[in-house]
Amino acid sequence: MFQHDRLNNEITFLQKIKNLDYILIISVALLSIISLFVMYSTDGGEILFHTKNHFVKLSVFFPLMFLVAFFNIKFWHNFSYIIFLLVILLLIWVSFFGIKSSGSQRWMDLYLFVLQPSELMKVAIIMCLAKYYHRLKIENVNSFTSIMIALSIISIPIIFVISQPDLGTSILIASSGLIILWLGGVKVKYFIYSFVTFLISLPFIISFLKPYQKLRILTFLDPDRDPLGAGYQIIQSKIAIGSGGFEGKGFLKGTQSYLDFLPEKHTDFIFTLFSEEFGFIGSIALLILYSIIIFRIIRIGSISRSNFARLFCFGYAFAIFIYIVVNLSMVLGLLPIVGSPLPIMSYGGSSMLSTMIGFGIVLSAKINHKQMIA
Amino acid sequence: MIKSNSGIRKADVINRRMFIIGAAKIVVFAGIVARLFSLQINENKKYLTLSDKNRIREWKLPPTRGNIVDYFGNVIAGNLKVYQLHIIPEQVENFNYLLLRLKNLLELSDKKIKRINKLKAELKPWDSIIVSENLSWSQFVKINNYLYDLVGVKPVMTISRNYPFNETYTHVLGYVSQPNEQEILENEVVQERFVPGMKIGKLGLEKRLENHLIGTNAIQRYEVNAYGKRINQLEHQKGEQGLKIRLTVDTEIQKACGELLKGKAGSISVMDIYTGDIIAMYSSPSYNPNLFLFGISQDEWQLIRNNPLKPLVNKTLSGLYSPGSTIKPIVALSALENNVIDTKFKVKCTGKMELYGQTFHCWKEKGHGWVSLKNAMKQSCDTYFYEVARLLGVDRLNNTAEKFGLGKKVLGEYFNIEKKGLFPNTKWKKNNLGKGWVLGETLITGIGQGYIQSTPLQLCMMTAQIANGGYSIKPKIIVDNNPLSFEDAKQAMEKGLLYDKETKSFKDKKLFKDKKNIKIVQEAMFSSTNERFGTSYRSRIDDPRYQFAGKTGTAQVKRISKRERELDLELEQIPYKDRDHALYVAYGPYINPRYALSIIVEHGGSGSKTAAPIAKKLFKLIIDRHELRNKQSNFERITI
Repeated sequence: MFQHDRLNNEITFLQKIKNLDYILIISVALLSIISLFVMYSTDGGEILFHTKNHFVKLSVFFPLMFLVAFFNIKFWHNFSYIIFLLVILLLIWVSFFGIKSSGSQRWMDLYLFVLQPSELMKVAIIMCLAKYYHRLKIENVNSFTSIMIALSIISIPIIFVISQPDLGTSILIASSGLIILWLGGVKVKYFIYSFVTFLISLPFIISFLKPYQKLRILTFLDPDRDPLGAGYQIIQSKIAIGSGGFEGKGFLKGTQSYLDFLPEKHTDFIFTLFSEEFGFIGSIALLILYSIIIFRIIRIGSISRSNFARLFCFGYAFAIFIYIVVNLSMVLGLLPIVGSPLPIMSYGGSSMLSTMIGFGIVLSAKINHKQMIA
Repeated sequence: MIKSNSGIRKADVINRRMFIIGAAKIVVFAGIVARLFSLQINENKKYLTLSDKNRIREWKLPPTRGNIVDYFGNVIAGNLKVYQLHIIPEQVENFNYLLLRLKNLLELSDKKIKRINKLKAELKPWDSIIVSENLSWSQFVKINNYLYDLVGVKPVMTISRNYPFNETYTHVLGYVSQPNEQEILENEVVQERFVPGMKIGKLGLEKRLENHLIGTNAIQRYEVNAYGKRINQLEHQKGEQGLKIRLTVDTEIQKACGELLKGKAGSISVMDIYTGDIIAMYSSPSYNPNLFLFGISQDEWQLIRNNPLKPLVNKTLSGLYSPGSTIKPIVALSALENNVIDTKFKVKCTGKMELYGQTFHCWKEKGHGWVSLKNAMKQSCDTYFYEVARLLGVDRLNNTAEKFGLGKKVLGEYFNIEKKGLFPNTKWKKNNLGKGWVLGETLITGIGQGYIQSTPLQLCMMTAQIANGGYSIKPKIIVDNNPLSFEDAKQAMEKGLLYDKETKSFKDKKLFKDKKNIKIVQEAMFSSTNERFGTSYRSRIDDPRYQFAGKTGTAQVKRISKRERELDLELEQIPYKDRDHALYVAYGPYINPRYALSIIVEHGGSGSKTAAPIAKKLFKLIIDRHELRNKQSNFERITI
């Protein structure tokens, strides 16, 4: 018990620094630097608006990661529900007073920058469910009430996000939440049942989709249906990536993006530009870098003593994985176009903020990996 | 500890489940890598092509037309540098101010300004608007002086068609101008190579030889952005100029024809009697084809269109005239060939001939007395030829006339405006007018009046075929790849053969039964010009080098009433429209003939007074230029 107590004690600042995961930090830093170069390329080889803003955001949010890391993981455990509720409140606020842009109401103006609360929800939902399953007795995991509670934790934010409307982010939030249910030990058959139910009700769901969302699905199934309209983005993205070839066209030489054929090259299609300029080699290198990050997070989870930290790390690793897979599948023409940024690489403050907070909590878990949480 | 036990059990569940997802993650990442591989490695070529198709756009530039040169290599349809003025709207700060400045500098009309504004609204801001297609040098200099103040204005140098001899060749060459939609669709080559601002042949050889002259487009490749704006020029692929086409015509003679017919309506054709080369072919009055290049102004167009001498009509090819007495050599030849008459056959001319109560007048009221063929031809006695025609009959006459090219197109394959004329016979009248032939019609056909209609070029060819000894020739205006030299053509002809280009063999092209008959007609024509009382005696040249033989003709435009016949008015006293056409056909030099010509002056009065003197002036030049022309020829000798 004594040993136990000693471990519960606060560790010194120096030890905290020592305990940081440097491989993860270096990988994230490397990714940030790469993202700056790519942003510079989207600006046509000049330091313009996007490059400047991206740099400013990185220089604020990267240190924020350390700030988050230096709070004890126990602190994050204690505040998980409150943070979740706060983000829910923000979502409610946005649904009433949010800024409207191109048909959806997702943002709130904070003078210094525009915040998208749904992005924060990506991390908050993992924290909330990780705490819930941390506290739940294993015997009760598959009880009706606990599953219902877990499902409502997922569906409340989803309802708000989907009504913005923002299908992409709600899918990402839902999958991050469901993965915690999976990790928490919900029976496999439940997943299978609900998957089958989902497939059966799919036509019904589709009938509820907005016309533009239906169009996206149709376009995904056949991008050449309307090459200058809805299919344009997928076709141009595939052309850009395919024409990159093995070595790529070279830095600042991606004609597809330079000549404005690529839509949304700063945000959702940032990988397209990267892949056009750096080719297959570069893309593989980027995937390896992401894999290292995911692997490090999983490793931190597996050495964590507390199940909260473990669940959060595993869940967050999976979330990062899902973001990457959804984004890449989209730009590679494997999935319909749903708005989903590529972590760190894409331009966008909220996404970067939530990603960095997530990394911060992971690092906090690393620093305090021996911390037990009652 | 229970709690902690539960925690450890839970950790086991979490770890196990993590392991399952970890495996799934690897599979999914592998799938993404496979997709990347298939796009970037397997299908790289396809997407690289698509990417180039995206970013590279080709701009076709107007092709450079081939030159047309005369026999001596002088350019008669060439290309000239012209200065144009373009505006690039996106570079202009204040469009209205700029237009105001240009309006003052170039004296643009309000209509033009309106058109520029309309174009600006239609085009993309980076597409240039052509303000002026052809700036004069002084305008170009003015613009360049104020260029600092005219931001967005671009003086451009380009190439345009040019006809250095102005109106001299209009009826041969035609002209080029901007095509309308139908003209583009009609010709596949034009359709393929069309670029806005390009000009195509509208008439004459320019139109007929369009596909040879047009040339290929130069192509400029630009890198463009997604909105079609040009970013970089990548490469320039030069186009090929169209083919150079050499005509058989001689500019000096053609120009002289123009001079001789100045102020008159009419036509002159000159032909090589052995090769069929057309040396000159002038229809008067002509007009300046250069006016059409940049769109003719309404005033100038009205001036040409309303000219009573009808400059737009190509009189050489589509003007139809009664040949008048110029037909008489054919009538005589036909009668000789059919053994209706011989040289001793005589007719007494009393100034008129009665037939079934109808009177047929000779041009000489007092009559010529007893005339033989030679005298009848010399003095152009109508009574003699009435009688000969009566004995011969129109069908036999028609037979000979058609052999010599009357009633058929001469250059049909080059000029679609050419008319074939008409040489009547009994069958024709039955079929077309539904009436039987009347003997009186035979009589007037015998002096080249009535239904008979011919083009000046037909008369020229007819004369050439009499002059060369009665052999068929195929007139041409373009120097072909394997022509026969003058000597070879002549030699072949003297053997009664004609070189056929298509089959590359010699063919019998004799038009006569007895060579003697041709000689008789030639002698008769000689006497008409070179002996006293001959109708064109006053236009003769005694120098044997230039001496020529010919036949005058005066074609009535209107039936002469009895009163008018009695009045015997001077030319000036008759209204222009009612005056006779003056005709003359001739060939020379009489010894070793080389060239034949036909001259028609519309409403020129009599052939001997108006048309024959023109031939006198022209023949000297034609013969003088023969040596030069021979030197130009660079033929392979063909052994016969």
